[in-house]
Amino acid sequence: MTNTEIRPVRPEPTRTRKTRHTRKASESTTTTARTRGARLLAVLFLAPAVVGIVVFTVVPIVGSVVLSLFQWDVIEDPRWAGVANYRGVLTDSTVLVSFRNTLVFMVLAVALQLLIALMLAIAVNGRMPTWLRSVFRSAFFFPLVLSAASISVVMKYLFNQDFGPVNWLLGTVGIPSVPWLTSENGAMSAVVLAYVWQQFGFSFLLFVGGLNNIPKEVHEAASLDGASGVRKHLAITLPLLSPTLLVASVVGIINALQVFEQPYVLTAGGPGDSTRTVVMVIYETAFEQLRFGEASAVGVLLFVLIMAVTALQFRLSRRYVHYQ
Amino acid sequence: MSTSSLSGSVSGSHTSPALSRVRHGLAPWARIAGLALCSLLTLGPVIWTVSTSLRTPAESFDLPPKIFPADPTVDAYRGVFDQIDVWLYALNSTLVTALIAVGQMITAGLAGYAFARLEFRFKKPLFALVLATMMVPLQVTIVPVFLELRAMGLTDTLLGLVVPAFPTAFGTFLMRQYFLGMPKDLGEAAMIDGAGPWRVFRSVYAPLAAPGLAIVGVLAFNYHWNEFFRPLILETSTENLTLPLGLVSLQGNLGTGSISVVLAGVVLSMIPAVVVFAVGQRPLREGITSAGVNR
Repeated sequence: MTNTEIRPVRPEPTRTRKTRHTRKASESTTTTARTRGARLLAVLFLAPAVVGIVVFTVVPIVGSVVLSLFQWDVIEDPRWAGVANYRGVLTDSTVLVSFRNTLVFMVLAVALQLLIALMLAIAVNGRMPTWLRSVFRSAFFFPLVLSAASISVVMKYLFNQDFGPVNWLLGTVGIPSVPWLTSENGAMSAVVLAYVWQQFGFSFLLFVGGLNNIPKEVHEAASLDGASGVRKHLAITLPLLSPTLLVASVVGIINALQVFEQPYVLTAGGPGDSTRTVVMVIYETAFEQLRFGEASAVGVLLFVLIMAVTALQFRLSRRYVHYQ
Repeated sequence: MSTSSLSGSVSGSHTSPALSRVRHGLAPWARIAGLALCSLLTLGPVIWTVSTSLRTPAESFDLPPKIFPADPTVDAYRGVFDQIDVWLYALNSTLVTALIAVGQMITAGLAGYAFARLEFRFKKPLFALVLATMMVPLQVTIVPVFLELRAMGLTDTLLGLVVPAFPTAFGTFLMRQYFLGMPKDLGEAAMIDGAGPWRVFRSVYAPLAAPGLAIVGVLAFNYHWNEFFRPLILETSTENLTLPLGLVSLQGNLGTGSISVVLAGVVLSMIPAVVVFAVGQRPLREGITSAGVNR
């Protein structure tokens, strides 16, 4: 404090013009040396990440598009196929069903995930002891750290029609036994539930963060104006939370469109093709049937679908998302 | 995240029950009871897995499920070690996960710093490229990546899992934000004292980056310890399997084997994830949240 007050009295103004000039000149030479050093450092620092991203993401994207125009089984030389692969996969009933399944799965899973996460986040945000809040938060977040594959193994037992705990639990409230894994609708529901059980914690964390960012005064003002629980949340919390909702749904949809472990382990795509997803088809076409061209075509279509859905969401968000 | 402590712990004595009912729509006890029930449903499958793994095969499917087995036994755990080479798979998983975590911390830390604090040509387009690749799903690029690794002779090796996972677009982005959040004066002060760009990084900023790097490391651990899709495609020999694959192969023996053995395997594979959850919950939570919020 005292130093800054004294500073104006320091001999700085009395310094001669000459010394000031030489000092400036030497400074500028070190600056260019420094810029050069900084540039070299930048190249060295960037190289590992950028080379890696180019080799393992950028080149493969281009590669996918190129490969989708060829017919190739790895053994013989690739043959030019043009758009034949696309025509082939777009008329293949398994591929079409897998796109339908993936979209149905996405709508159900994301809707359920967001709804559960939102209600729990609002409930957790209410008044309660801090330790209790962190217990709840940890519990809802815990499934996220587990492996989707091994949890799907567990879910396979839980959803067993005859001796699985899920049907037993439903039985205690009088719901008759559900053929979870052996009927088409049951299998899709089981895959959705297994997925949502593991994923809702992600949206939950986002919503808890978003709710924390809403100023408390807003709620207090609303309460003073006589807004009650549900109405207050519909009219005030939701619009203020809409940026978080957008993020949660964009990320949720991108992840859901790539679902693989749950249907692969839980139902193996069945019964029939009822839970076969797009990524399962990519996996089977490429690595079981060695049809790399067709698999790449399906991959490119999935990529286009993901981009289209995301772009659509950002378009819609212009109307529904309110930034503070 | 820590702001939650602001709103918590204050006892509701200064508001009448009726008023707080109006505020929250539900009586506090009903809200807390509902949350407790949901926590139980969330943890239920995990509790069931642990308790069933401790039962004899004969009582695996006892209904109603008992939380505490009448006659707890660790036979199932012995069974896991008899049927699959748990130690080898755990070693493979540990090697792969640790190498990826360290590799990602290095590539993301260095590139993040360059994007945040160094000046160079094509900075903006390069950064845009990094951001754009965050959007690309792994499954779309897996066929060409597989072919690249095949050309490099890296299929069916652990290195083939590790090397493509070194660069991380998200980690780079996260570290850039992290370095941008540090005061610029620190570096400028060091430069006035004559430190070059490397010294500024090494002595001033790098030591401050530990919490950010922890987020990158913990996220990498959590993701790659549980990873299934890439190992399923890349690793074909039994001796190169990672734990999740080994477990699913355990389930393949179900026709003859017992469910308690499979579940014991699941419990074993959960242990490191639970440890990370306990130790690194905070960086994990922050990482996951920023994964969404910053996108």
